[in-house]
Amino acid sequence: MENRVEVENLSHTYQTRCALDNVSFTVSRGEIFGLLGPNGSGKTTLFRILSTLMRPTSGNVNILGHNLAREAKAIRQLLGVVFQHPGLDDKLTVRENFRHHGHLYGLSGKHLHNQIRKLLERFGVGDRADERIEVLSGGLQRRVEIAKAMLHSPRVLLLDEPSSGLDVGARQQLRLYLQTLAETENMLVLLTTHLLEEAEACNRIGILDTGRLVALGTPGALKAQVGSDIVLIESSTKQNTSPNIETLRTAIIERFGVLPILTENCLRIECERGHEFARDVVTAFSDKIQSVRFGKPTLEDVFMKLTGNSLS
Amino acid sequence: MRSLLPVTTIWWRELVRFYRQRSRLFSAMAQPLVFWLLIGSGLNASFRPAGISEQTDYIEYFYPGIVILVLLFTAIFATISVVHDRQEGFLQGILVSPVPRWRIVIGQALGGTTLALIQGLLLLALAPLIGITLDVTSGLLIIGVMALLAFGLTNLGLLIAWRMDSTQGFHAIMNLLLIPIWLLSGAFFPMTGAPEWLSWTMKLNPLTYGLAALRHSLYLNTATAVGEVPPLLLSGLITLLFCMVTYVGATITATLQID
Repeated sequence: MENRVEVENLSHTYQTRCALDNVSFTVSRGEIFGLLGPNGSGKTTLFRILSTLMRPTSGNVNILGHNLAREAKAIRQLLGVVFQHPGLDDKLTVRENFRHHGHLYGLSGKHLHNQIRKLLERFGVGDRADERIEVLSGGLQRRVEIAKAMLHSPRVLLLDEPSSGLDVGARQQLRLYLQTLAETENMLVLLTTHLLEEAEACNRIGILDTGRLVALGTPGALKAQVGSDIVLIESSTKQNTSPNIETLRTAIIERFGVLPILTENCLRIECERGHEFARDVVTAFSDKIQSVRFGKPTLEDVFMKLTGNSLS
Repeated sequence: MRSLLPVTTIWWRELVRFYRQRSRLFSAMAQPLVFWLLIGSGLNASFRPAGISEQTDYIEYFYPGIVILVLLFTAIFATISVVHDRQEGFLQGILVSPVPRWRIVIGQALGGTTLALIQGLLLLALAPLIGITLDVTSGLLIIGVMALLAFGLTNLGLLIAWRMDSTQGFHAIMNLLLIPIWLLSGAFFPMTGAPEWLSWTMKLNPLTYGLAALRHSLYLNTATAVGEVPPLLLSGLITLLFCMVTYVGATITATLQID
């Protein structure tokens, strides 16, 4: 209880639209939990509820033993929140932003000073401390933002799409940093994402689709649900694509007895021993096929299997 | 002491932001000054405010109104920064902190008040140019009245700004609400001799009393230059009430606006 974030039967409705439908899950300290879903899946609504910005229509949330509806103030002190839109004042310097944040959380004097120095060092922004936010690059701003959220030593870190606007290198760095936090400081990290590789790096993920939590587990376990291999076939003729691909689909069904799913002008087939199937299908329809891709299932495949839609 | 820290840090940020965007100082001061010079000089020859001694020409009559306009503009700019903070995401960061809403509002309001007061004082330095002589008593009284007015107007702005998510919406409100209450406060023309419906509108306008208090303080020793306006004590009390009502209003709005 004291070491967990517990979400029970959480629902939220905007006027008539249902944004969250009976969502329940639990995250423990030391864990990195990702909420994966496309835009409009309810991720942001859930994030806003957890960060105390919005009250849910119904359901219950406990954060480290505090009830969200009754003890919002105690919870706010425990939370470090990183929004998608930077919460930094671009007319202030890095240090001034930190000081402002520290004061809001009741830190002051020597303690605040030391805390700021420690974080500047740790995030490698010490040499930019007295520059205004507006002159820093996007990646650096995000780093400062996360450092700021850590200033009051929160126990739970909430991040909304933390990788958006970061280049590949910076994403990698962020991931490593979050892992270190979870492992060495027993931080509970809860993030939302629509990026597969970010979700892959989480200890556990929950997949949201139109407000419902359709899957919950480790990335490995979820991918194992799909089980088999994935073969993606692109039909060869570019014009009149859909009739062509339909003919190919029918032909494959007749010949191999599998059921290809048509997505984005590709035929997607789940099967055991995919490499053999790929070989056979190319041999049989070599003139009708432009390309064949063969792969192990990704979280995208998990999402597709569960919802019938593509993640992006 | 510790609980004051969030208030002072929010207040301090307003001042630093303002200082670093000095064009704001220019726009808040320049427009009223141009108004004063153009309209004041233009009407000077043909318009004598009713109920005021012969020695007071229109430029002088218009002066306290311009002081109020500067306060109003600064208050508006200060509250536009709230809308801006919301758009930029900075406000969210404050809203998830443990600081209660009423302290956030007080910090913002004091920030706007300080800025407005500084500009009001700059303008006050021009008073001797148009023949208004000030002693210590009236100087202190003026500062007090300006501070109250600035606080009330900033809170009125905050009350609106906390509901707004675009600055465009705010500009519409400014033209439809804030400028009319300034026009009908006695800044532009006195209540004396105005049609019944108009003078009643002016009597119901809280800014009328703020302006009256300012006129009284400017002319503590020459009552004839004040004209027919509500008495000082009543004006001061109503202005104080205006401050309290707008502050409570802004706090309630901020508390309800959880999002």
